[in-house]
Amino acid sequence: MNAPTALAEHEAIVTDVGAPGASTTGPSSTDSMTSVWEPACAVADLEPSWGEAALLRARQIALFLVSGEEIYAVSHQDPHTDAPVMARGIVGSRGERPTVASPLHKEVYDLATGECFTNPALVLQTFRTRVVGGMIEVELPL
Amino acid sequence: MSENAIAPREVVIVGGGPAAHRLADALHSRDDERAVHVTVVSEEPHLPYDRVALSKRLDGTTDLTLEPTSVWDDDHVSLLLGERAESIDLEAGTVTTASGRAIGWDDLVFATGSSAPVPEIPGSELAKVYRTIDDVDWLVAEVDRLAVALGRPARVLVAGGGLLGLEAAGGLARRGADAAVVHSGSWLMSAQLDEGAGRALGRIISSQGIALHLGTRPRAIESDESGAVTRVVFSSGQSADVDIMIFAIGISPRDELAAAVGLELGPRGGVAIGTDCRSSHPRVWAIGEVASFDGRCTGLVAPANAMAEVVADRLLGGAAEFTTVDDATKLKLSGVDVASFGDALARTEHALEIVYADPARGLYQKLVMTDDAKTLLGGIFVGDASPYASLRPLLGSELSNEPAAYLSAAGMEPPAGDELPAEALVCACNNVAAGTVRDWVNGVHGDACTDLGELKACSRAGTQCGSCVPLVKKILESELSKSGIAVSRALCEHFALSRQELFESVRVTGLTSFDEIIGRFGTGRGCDVCKPVVGSILASQNDGYILDGGRGTLQDTNDRAMANMQKDGTYSVVPRIPGGEITPEKLGVIAAVATEYGLYTKITGGQRIDMFGARLDQLPEIWRRLVDAGFESGQAYGKALRNVKSCVGSTWCRYGVQDAVGMAVELELRYRGLRAPHKFKFGVSGCARECAEARGKDVGIIATEKGWNMYVGGNGGFQPAHAQLLVSDLDDETLIKYIDRYMMYYIRTADRLQRTARWMEEIEGGLEHVYDVVVNDSLGLADELEAAMAKHIDGYEDEWAATLADPERLRRFRSFVNAPNTPDPSVARVMERGQARPARADEVASERVVLSGPRIPIRGE
Repeated sequence: MNAPTALAEHEAIVTDVGAPGASTTGPSSTDSMTSVWEPACAVADLEPSWGEAALLRARQIALFLVSGEEIYAVSHQDPHTDAPVMARGIVGSRGERPTVASPLHKEVYDLATGECFTNPALVLQTFRTRVVGGMIEVELPL
Repeated sequence: MSENAIAPREVVIVGGGPAAHRLADALHSRDDERAVHVTVVSEEPHLPYDRVALSKRLDGTTDLTLEPTSVWDDDHVSLLLGERAESIDLEAGTVTTASGRAIGWDDLVFATGSSAPVPEIPGSELAKVYRTIDDVDWLVAEVDRLAVALGRPARVLVAGGGLLGLEAAGGLARRGADAAVVHSGSWLMSAQLDEGAGRALGRIISSQGIALHLGTRPRAIESDESGAVTRVVFSSGQSADVDIMIFAIGISPRDELAAAVGLELGPRGGVAIGTDCRSSHPRVWAIGEVASFDGRCTGLVAPANAMAEVVADRLLGGAAEFTTVDDATKLKLSGVDVASFGDALARTEHALEIVYADPARGLYQKLVMTDDAKTLLGGIFVGDASPYASLRPLLGSELSNEPAAYLSAAGMEPPAGDELPAEALVCACNNVAAGTVRDWVNGVHGDACTDLGELKACSRAGTQCGSCVPLVKKILESELSKSGIAVSRALCEHFALSRQELFESVRVTGLTSFDEIIGRFGTGRGCDVCKPVVGSILASQNDGYILDGGRGTLQDTNDRAMANMQKDGTYSVVPRIPGGEITPEKLGVIAAVATEYGLYTKITGGQRIDMFGARLDQLPEIWRRLVDAGFESGQAYGKALRNVKSCVGSTWCRYGVQDAVGMAVELELRYRGLRAPHKFKFGVSGCARECAEARGKDVGIIATEKGWNMYVGGNGGFQPAHAQLLVSDLDDETLIKYIDRYMMYYIRTADRLQRTARWMEEIEGGLEHVYDVVVNDSLGLADELEAAMAKHIDGYEDEWAATLADPERLRRFRSFVNAPNTPDPSVARVMERGQARPARADEVASERVVLSGPRIPIRGE
């Protein structure tokens, strides 16, 4: 389990999945002026470990309900080929870290950080999620 | 070193068999300084081929050409085919060929091999021999011709109950001939086997329907007015009706050219050589069957290869020596396991013989030991030769356990821990020692060879007769585990079990969900390796809709959408077209669907039609049209039966002898939807012309006059393999029974993503083991395997029809969870040769894209 720790003060944020450009943006330094929490779908709309794509502000986002309320959002676009397919990858784990494998060439990414285990040159964009009133919200940069 | 650094030394090899090939190849690969130019003079019209494997040619037109053939392309190697050397001039250093060509040499190598002798008896001019490709091709044609002309199987009598004779008789029997063997010894293979072993072998051979005439020999061959053989009379006074008489009673060295120029010959013929492989003339050498070493010529490939290596070394200035002849032999006949090595007949003084014999099971195993029962001197195996590969290299060394413990027939596990000494010979054919194999594994010679195929190619071990492959594999595994490379057959970090173990565990426990299975047998959350394996295992065992009950999340890319994902994330759709047979009306449906959805169409290699470019959310609509028109899923996306390819067969073809299309349709409908460790394909050909290319399939079925021949383990792909003959002349019912058993056994025991060809290579005992399991039911599994298949067949439902029938299932095909009716806006198409294809990145950038979305009209270019 990649338990969220630093975000305890945000009661609504259930799972921290790291923010885009994690090197400059720490998890708790989200600026409400440059990002927006966009509702995607109900938690109940997702089947555990079965990824689905969502169309949010003209962006294609892949959503994964891993278990309970552990939810990850990443770019639906495969970093290697640019094809919009990531939601259709197999979810799993590497050690303690949650993963998704690209359905095209099977690169394996950390769902929380976007780091690629099989090819360090690739990065999958990740987005923070939270659950508000049974709805999954994804934090998108403006 | 060459005495002349500029002009290369001319080496002429007379003869174009395996010994000549080996020498030319050894010189080619070792002669870095280009000091030698080689000319091979061969009277046969074929590239040098593998004579050891001649019997394979009886099973079909197998290409026996010896690898590598690249040696013949080198400009330092000239190969003269169809040129017979007629005379030699030792003084002038020339060879003159039948066409009058004179070739100068600095060194001359005799590799003329031997001829098959035919005794001088009445009618001997009508007898044939079994020696060359042309001999075998003639035999095959004649056996087929006689079967038609006589309306019954041709009767073939083979004189000689040694290796060659038994292989010939076995191969001819498999081809449908009525084969018999006459042998002058009191038991078969009397030169290599003792009486107990020879009799055990005799029982096995007889049980294959081959008649044996032992302790006698042909005295006369009788014929009718037309000159056709009719009868053979034996020295015992008895006789047999015979159509074809073949002699395979030994070899006589082709030493006539050597004799003509006065070279010293061996006491029983052959060019006499010393340990340097040199004849009595300092510039003339001899290798292979024509070479007489220690007073005798040997008709085995291992010494021939060793001699070739010695001469290559000597010609390049080395001092290698040929010391002993390894007589080890293993008979390669389907369903027969025979091997002998070392002092098999216990001629050593005070030698002990440890024997296990079980006539009821047709088993005979013997080890010959020194008088203190410690050192291994030799052995014989009949009926079960599994200990042979690991014991033969231990010849001459002390065994660490009681000898009886090594006899597998006694039901014991062979003791582990006999680390082979580095110099122990693993591959006798190619003279590869255990140490050499280990060096290749450990990367001493460059990149480490960590898989069996690679290791065989690099070390050459196991590439000739193949009998040492299990041992090579064992060495590979023990070296890899020593160096810490995981040979563990574990699937991945989540499961320490191999696929086979997991399959059995799931079967025994009856678990049906991934969470239970990983909770019980693994750790973590799984991954893209183990999840599809579990998905496949559950599908093989339980049938049921593959995306229900949480199993959807286990499926690999294509299974998940029940379509094949293409590079841009859209899918291709392949309806099943059983046997490649389709009505014009159904073709019209495919055309209409493809037109409506703007799909690119292409004929597949498997006699089907593939429609490309469907978005995920379009798949249900497309399948609704197809299912309504009577199509069902072709499972082109599954590790499952793909298709059964067929030729048109006897229905239309003037050559066909069976209904190939009918059989193909029946098989495709029987095995459709069956999930396996990897995809698999069948082929059915209506006659021996094999237009369906069935031997490139996992199961290939080729019609004969009497039924069907079943071939197994064929494979296209990046490591192609020809399927091998499993059983001949089956009726429909038996054929299907054997396919049921074969496929289920494969599904249960293969590794992840291992196709049947690799599986048969890796499985202990190879083809013979599989034959035993499938035909002889040696594991007692036949009923269970057939029942498992019957369960699958009963439980089959079309996955797409099942999807369309359930709205919950259809939800999986929505484009976006929050906008299920919005098509993926990023799909972009360009027209090419009249059809739409995915736009390339540069075309997207330059806005040359002409089509996106389902029914958007195409903007002309």
